[in-house]
Amino acid sequence: MASVELRSVEKSFGSVEVLHDINLSLEKGEFIVFVGPSGCGKSTLLRLIAGLEDITSGELFIDGTCVNSVVPAKRGISMVFQSYALYPHMNVYDNMAFGLEQARLSKPEIDRRVREAASMLQIEQYLDRKPKQLSGGQRQRVAIGRAITRQPKVFLFDEPLSNLDAALRVDTRIEIARLHERLAGTTMVYVTHDQVEAMTLADRIVVLNAGRVEQVGTPLELYENPASRFVAGFIGSPRMNFIEGDEPTAAGAHAIGVRPEHLDVSHTEGRWKGTVVLVEKLGSDTFIHVATEKSGMINARAVGNHGFQAGDTVFLTPRAGCIHHFNEDGKPIDRQLVQGEQE
Amino acid sequence: MTWSGWIKTAAFYGLVGVIVLQAVFPFYYAILTSLESGQSIFEVNYLPEAASLANYWSMISDGVFGKQILNSVFVATVVVFISLFLAVTAAYALSRIRFRGRGLLLLTILSVSMFPQIAVLSGLFEVIRALGLFNSLWSLVFSYMIFTLPFTVWVLTTFMRKMPVEIEEAAIVDGASSFTIIWRIFLPLMWPAMVTTGLLAFIHAWNEFLFALTFLSTDSQRTVPVAIALISGLSEFEIPWGNIMAASVIVTLPLVVLVLIFQRKIVSGLTAGAVKG
Repeated sequence: MASVELRSVEKSFGSVEVLHDINLSLEKGEFIVFVGPSGCGKSTLLRLIAGLEDITSGELFIDGTCVNSVVPAKRGISMVFQSYALYPHMNVYDNMAFGLEQARLSKPEIDRRVREAASMLQIEQYLDRKPKQLSGGQRQRVAIGRAITRQPKVFLFDEPLSNLDAALRVDTRIEIARLHERLAGTTMVYVTHDQVEAMTLADRIVVLNAGRVEQVGTPLELYENPASRFVAGFIGSPRMNFIEGDEPTAAGAHAIGVRPEHLDVSHTEGRWKGTVVLVEKLGSDTFIHVATEKSGMINARAVGNHGFQAGDTVFLTPRAGCIHHFNEDGKPIDRQLVQGEQE
Repeated sequence: MTWSGWIKTAAFYGLVGVIVLQAVFPFYYAILTSLESGQSIFEVNYLPEAASLANYWSMISDGVFGKQILNSVFVATVVVFISLFLAVTAAYALSRIRFRGRGLLLLTILSVSMFPQIAVLSGLFEVIRALGLFNSLWSLVFSYMIFTLPFTVWVLTTFMRKMPVEIEEAAIVDGASSFTIIWRIFLPLMWPAMVTTGLLAFIHAWNEFLFALTFLSTDSQRTVPVAIALISGLSEFEIPWGNIMAASVIVTLPLVVLVLIFQRKIVSGLTAGAVKG
């Protein structure tokens, strides 16, 4: 039985339709990431599951029960908000205990759960502090702790890392991944616009675009077999190069897509000739931006350090089996059907 | 420090001095006068010469004045509590619930606070008479609300709008009812704003003169501003300045005490929201 199931869910605000015919089935214990550009409806979808927004049409099931008209507190969910949303006038302990008090649990039970969550997140020493006395990372832990104490069936995260600085973001990301291992059996739904977070955390990713589900799959499925040009461009960093014009038309496609890491750069020979415009040296990788003669700007990624310089003439060659073709609707074309492809 | 620096500093403190003098001197002179009696009241002096509490005794022992202070306390307190209760509930609706005409409603509320009192006076008098509230303290409670509610609603609405919606949503997910949300989450957070607006409403109700003069007719029902204005001497040619000043000082003290008690809350009310939830 699916932990969370959405059947033809639609959502409109007034006359604006923001979600169209969403069908999803999330397994118990799965880590699901909703990813997409801003305005794609991913946060709205999360809020529908939480019950903070009403579903316009369609059905939502949690643990086999239709929860369309069930209040958030009775759905068995917990939510971690983007801005943490801690109660500023309560100390950490009361913040974590508030939901349990509302559920009328006994004092010793509340105390046990709060202390257990606090020790899991290593915030025991802050229990009597107010949120404003905590750093951003500590507040984030308290917000997660507050969600844990409710022992939810489904854990909802709304861009929880977007207020943290880069270093802390990586640490917290790892911590959330460990939390998921420890809370086995708890389904986690995580919203982000950051595809790196999506790739590293998810068991399965749901890519949303303009209120529709573009593709659902494991991170590697999305990376290797994107179901649309949108997904191909969204997943992977730096993003996939798309080449339009005569070349794909000759092969019976509208666009050719090649990831930067699947291009070989050579000084002597190759498929696309061009001039190096910019070289970004990251130490571990070198990003080479090339203005090609016929195919526009192409970005290539080479592992390690390379001596390419702006102004060099170079040749780029895609690796066999790593070329994607898309038709005019942005749908992928089976490799077998593409004519004249030298593989 | 350079010359221009000295001049700037001197000018700054000179200006501060003028402002303080302008604000404090009238009250200082009232205290001074209240301590004098007889002929010495009419001699101009800026330092206390003879201090006697005779004027205070005569005011306090005058039976009606004590009752009049209680009238003022009653009216001002009731006005504050009813205004705050109505304003909090209204502010919740105006800041959190979307409905047609919300902006228009807010503007209407604001414009009501701009009515000159004298413009509504005669109409209001009819209403008070029709309600049978004439010469009752409730007439003042009713009419003061016309002026306290717009700004309490307006200030609390602005304050509530600035409070992150996510805090409320977190409480909803935690299973709190609307009442619990207002009582356990909003009120503690809005406490500074409520103290500030409540205090302003209290001061307004405490000082109001025109309605109190119009709607109350007997001495024992009057509130202090009117009572003080109507203090008369033994003959119509005598104005008892000493008693008037003593009464003025007595009715100022509660305000000073209230402001001192809530001073810290007022300051934190001004800076509230600076801390991210």
